[in-house]
Amino acid sequence: MSVVIDILLLGLMGITAIAAIRMKNLFAAVMLTGIYSLLSALWFLILDAADVSFTEAAVGAGFSTVLMLSTLTLTRSAEKPSRHSPILPLFVVVVTGAILVYATLDMPGFADPEAPIHTHVAPHYIEKSEAEIGVPNIVTSVLASYRGFDTLGETTVIFTAGVGVLLLLGIGRRREDGDE
Amino acid sequence: MTHHFILRVITKLLIPLILLFALYVQFHGDFGPGGGFQAGVIFAAGLVLYALVFGLDTASQVIKEWVLLLLVPLGVLIYAGVGLASLYFGGNYLDYNVLAHDPVHGQHLGILLVELGVGVTVAAVLTTIFFSFAGRGQRDVNEVLKKSSGDGDAGQTS
Repeated sequence: MSVVIDILLLGLMGITAIAAIRMKNLFAAVMLTGIYSLLSALWFLILDAADVSFTEAAVGAGFSTVLMLSTLTLTRSAEKPSRHSPILPLFVVVVTGAILVYATLDMPGFADPEAPIHTHVAPHYIEKSEAEIGVPNIVTSVLASYRGFDTLGETTVIFTAGVGVLLLLGIGRRREDGDE
Repeated sequence: MTHHFILRVITKLLIPLILLFALYVQFHGDFGPGGGFQAGVIFAAGLVLYALVFGLDTASQVIKEWVLLLLVPLGVLIYAGVGLASLYFGGNYLDYNVLAHDPVHGQHLGILLVELGVGVTVAAVLTTIFFSFAGRGQRDVNEVLKKSSGDGDAGQTS
């Protein structure tokens, strides 16, 4: 039964991705990427990654769709017909994809208990987290405590992104309208 | 904006639930899935939904721009401040063990504060980014309308 759901979901994701690429109407393409994000949120849920799943649902399906739509109001809503031949980009993409697939061949099998990632610090986190941190959700104790520096860095990245957008676009309509 | 009646009613029903769920994810992150980042994103999504349905002007009355600009660095400062506090109490940077009398309580306090910092920054940054994009679009539309009508009376686009 779960195999049926897997195949159905991945099939839908493939169809959505291809449809989004082929779509010339940018509004429809943005909507399709939103649907794609929602489907991948479901996919993460099947993989038992609930945190990632609702981040994907909120950011991917919700937030970036809205941002793309507000970008669309600044530009035109149909894709320009390309005047270049697609051969070279296609070649680059296929070669990159092939290299990436080749790289996965060396990776340990899915959910292999002997994989390096499961034998390094993970046993310590799983066994000692309850005693050392006392937080039932190990993901939280890893993110916020064991890996606190990483999370501080990530927060700083988000802060930097916000400052960058503010510097480039500014906020609100203060000076132009003079109505505040 | 007098039409979209159904959207407005449903949005008004949904927004308190979204914001409440964001707070739940924020403070329940120790026990269930979630944490600061997810909570911040959901909170921002609630604000963005409000701005989408009721317009940017109404939304910027609900949450003022200077508040957002204050919250953006505040979260990072909370996070980094917890690190400095643990240095002050004689531990390593971001070592929460020293924040309270016994290490586990210190960890709880540290994680709570740190997640709060993440949530504040993420919510503020995402809302700010949306306001910037949407505000710019509105501004450009206003300029175009002003140019085309000539009398500068076409300010409201909604």
